[in-house]
Amino acid sequence: MKTELMSANYAAARAVMSARVEVVPAYPITPATTVPEQIALLNETGQWPGQFIRVESEHSAMFACIGASSTGARTFTATSSNGLLLMDEGLHWAAAARLPIVLANINRSVSPSWNIHVTHDDSMSKATTGWIQFYVSSVDEFYHTLIQAFKLAEDERVLMPVMINADGFVLSHTLSTYDYLEPEEVDKFLPPYKPPHWVMDPENPVSHGNIVFPEHYMEFRYAMHEGTHNAMKVYEEIEREYKKLFGKYFGGPIDCYKCDDAEVVFTSQGSVAAEAKDAIDELREEGYKVGNARMRMIRPFPVDRIRELGSRVKGFASLDRSVSYGYGGPVASDIRATMYNTKHRPIIKSYIGGLGGRDMTVLDIKEVILDTVKAVENGETGSEETWHDLR
Amino acid sequence: MVNEVNIDPKSRADWPATSYSKPVIGATGKTGSWRTFTPKIDYDECSRCRTCWLHCPEAVISLDEDGTPHIDLDYCKGCGCCAEVCPKKCIAMIREGFDEEESA
Repeated sequence: MKTELMSANYAAARAVMSARVEVVPAYPITPATTVPEQIALLNETGQWPGQFIRVESEHSAMFACIGASSTGARTFTATSSNGLLLMDEGLHWAAAARLPIVLANINRSVSPSWNIHVTHDDSMSKATTGWIQFYVSSVDEFYHTLIQAFKLAEDERVLMPVMINADGFVLSHTLSTYDYLEPEEVDKFLPPYKPPHWVMDPENPVSHGNIVFPEHYMEFRYAMHEGTHNAMKVYEEIEREYKKLFGKYFGGPIDCYKCDDAEVVFTSQGSVAAEAKDAIDELREEGYKVGNARMRMIRPFPVDRIRELGSRVKGFASLDRSVSYGYGGPVASDIRATMYNTKHRPIIKSYIGGLGGRDMTVLDIKEVILDTVKAVENGETGSEETWHDLR
Repeated sequence: MVNEVNIDPKSRADWPATSYSKPVIGATGKTGSWRTFTPKIDYDECSRCRTCWLHCPEAVISLDEDGTPHIDLDYCKGCGCCAEVCPKKCIAMIREGFDEEESA
């Protein structure tokens, strides 16, 4: 292990090297561009011996991933925003074909209006595809979660593709230190991928994607649901092993900070969730019993963890950097739904903020948390959702 | 379970993670049952040119050594491509359940 200084995108390309990925089909799109660019460079300079496929679109990128993964090759791609949306058909296909593809999505606002900065609408709109979804808050976490993602996706109990989301520019283009692992070090954690199901093999041909009529279709869908569900406990095993081997641990599906005695807990995804720790520290100094629950995993949804938290706290201040138009914050809605089947009724305030890359500073986060603290004191849930800093 | 095909699993535990099949004849049943129009070759007019055999998208037309075409109606879906490309226009498409006289 050696410490290096890089952007999240450059580090992601190194994760491809460390995890001995065999095929990377990718199409460039800002702010993900430097991921495939770096992978192509590592390929040309002989540092990464895999196959880099230059494709004509993101739709082709995902289907080339599907082809490569079908042969049993470890496969990776990276994209952003409209690129992820163009992959849509392939995302559904990869999940139902049970192919352990890992995708780095550099979150970017969907156009129009044209905006290359972070909004989570791109990945949140893919929450029902079957893909396991993580949101990361640092370069180091991005790099190591990508390596863990292959082990998770390839586990026979899971066999589902994994999407790791990192905020555009805030992480993708900001340099920070991370601990690089040589492929030889990762070998003891991540063995070569051996498909436990069908493979595309000319010596033993099968056809996949053929007709399955009503008498069988539903059972295959249930199996996908089980696979994504299983990812929760399998990831916990993976994290324990990773911590033992490399001393790295990022907090499980929900990374809790000062939540033990907290009355109000702030939840969010991505880089804001790291910024929030400073807000919590300041509010604690001011005498508020508040904590930070950094949502790392949103599919499968960490139902047990939320219910455990929800049984102790008086309120959630839940910030989404995304909107499900006509309803509200997608993760806040999931938290509310999760608590409904319990006897606990904490106030769950939904906040929409930071869209289009608008800064969510420590002051903004404090304002959001204090709004929920006030709601808890008054016992009033208030409006369905609050758009923070809306002009 | 790699590339092993279980046609009729007893319970979900025996099911593969995703569906696939061996390339066998009729993997999804006799697709000829989907047919609405049936091709009928007028062998007196047929010049044995093999154009229909070349164009059949389902590859259900076989040839005798002299080029005489035979259509496997178990799997012919009745698309009519053969009738369309036939240079002699000697393949008629007959609606299922009607004989030539009735449809004429």
